[in-house]
Amino acid sequence: MSVPTLYGLCAAALIGLGLYGVLTNPQPLRKILAFNLIGNGVFLLFGVIARRGAAAGFGGDPVPHGLLITGIVVAFSATALAVALLLRLFQATGTATLTDDQPAKAETDGRYL
Amino acid sequence: MVAATLALIHALLLVGIAAWTIAARRTFAAVVGFVAYGLLLSIAWVVLSAIDVALTEAAIGSGLTGVLLIGAAARLRATETAISVERPGPSLRWLAALTSAAVAGAIAIAVLSLPDPAPTLAPAVAQYMSVTGLGNAVTVVLLAYRALDTLLESIVVVFALIGVWSLAPDRVWGGRPGPLHEADPNGILAYLARLLPPIGIIVGLYIFWIGADLPGGKFQGATILAAMWLLVMMAGLTDAPPISRTWLRILLVAGPLVFIAIGFAGALTAGAVLAYPDEYAKLLIKVIEAALMPTLVLTLALLVAGAPERTARR
Repeated sequence: MSVPTLYGLCAAALIGLGLYGVLTNPQPLRKILAFNLIGNGVFLLFGVIARRGAAAGFGGDPVPHGLLITGIVVAFSATALAVALLLRLFQATGTATLTDDQPAKAETDGRYL
Repeated sequence: MVAATLALIHALLLVGIAAWTIAARRTFAAVVGFVAYGLLLSIAWVVLSAIDVALTEAAIGSGLTGVLLIGAAARLRATETAISVERPGPSLRWLAALTSAAVAGAIAIAVLSLPDPAPTLAPAVAQYMSVTGLGNAVTVVLLAYRALDTLLESIVVVFALIGVWSLAPDRVWGGRPGPLHEADPNGILAYLARLLPPIGIIVGLYIFWIGADLPGGKFQGATILAAMWLLVMMAGLTDAPPISRTWLRILLVAGPLVFIAIGFAGALTAGAVLAYPDEYAKLLIKVIEAALMPTLVLTLALLVAGAPERTARR
C-alpha cells in the first residue's frame, strides 16, 4: 500500500471517529472538537488527492493546497463562532446543555441580557 | 521501506490520539489531546509534500484552535458533570458507532478506488507561475489562479468576527473582548510574554515575506503575529482593545477592501475581475498580501479573544 493511500484510510478513520463524537457526546464543546476531527479528515483526504496529482515538478497539486489553507482558516473561524455561541449560552443560562427542557434561570430575570 | 513503516506508525498514532480526544472523560484532557493531534497532523502534511498546509495546520488548526478550546474548556468545567448524564444509552451509542463505521468504510472504499492516473491542475498552475513571477505555487493559487476563494475567505473571517461580537450583551457592546487576564507579573507566562514576541514577530514577518517564493505566506505569518499578541494579552501585559475603536474597524475592513479595489481595477486594466496586468502582477499581489496582513492578525487574535464582556473603561 502506498503512503498516500495509507493517509487516505487514516482520513476515513478520522471522519468516522469525529462523526461518532458528534452523535454521542452530550458536551457541546466535545461536539465542536469532534466536528473539527471530521473537518480534518476531509482536509486530509483532499491532501491525499493533491499528493496523487503531483505533476509539473510539484510534490502535489498546488490548487488543492491553496484551497486547503483557505479551508483551515474558515474552519477556525467557524469553530471560534461556535465557541462564542456556547460561552454566551453558558453566560445567559448558567449551563451549556443542548437539551431544551432545562429552565433558563438567569434568562428570566434579564440580568445577562 | 523504512519510510513506509514510519508512515504506518505515524498514521496509527494519529488515529489513536484522535480516538482519545473522542473517548477521554474530561473535556480538558480531550482538548490537550487535540493540540498534540494537530501537531501530528502537520507531520502528515509534510509527508504529503504540502509544506504550506503543514505550516497552516500547526499554526491555526492546532495552535489557535487549541488556545480557543482550552480557554472554553476551562470556563465550562463547572457544567461538565451535569451534562454528562445526558449521554445517550448503549443502544443509541451502538447505532451511532455502526453509522460512523459505515461512513468511514464507504470513504475507505472510495480512497482505494481513486482513479489512476490522478487528475491534476498542476500544469495549469505552472503556466500561471511564469506569468506572475512568483516562486511559490500555493501563493500563485491563492492570489492569482483562485483569487476569488481567497477574497471571499478574507471576508468570511471578518463576518465570523462580526458574528462573535454580536453575541455581546447590550450593556457591554463596544467594550473589551473576553475576561480580564491577570497573571503573576514575575511568573513564567509574563516572562515568556516579554521574551518571545520580538522573536515571534520577526519569524511571523519572515514567513509572510518569503511566502511569494517559498512555503509560507500571509495566513501562517498572520497567525504567528496574532499568537504573539494573544500571549501578551493573556499574560496581562496589555488588554484587548474595545471593539468600538475606529482604527480597529478601519484595519479590519481595509484588507478585503484593497483586495476588492484591485480586483475590480483588473476588469479595466487586464480584462477580467481579479486579473492583473502581467508586468504588475507580482507588485499587486504583494500589495494585496500586505493589506490583508493587519486584517488577518487582528481578526484571528480577536476571534480567539471572543465576544465583548467588559465595558471599555478599565
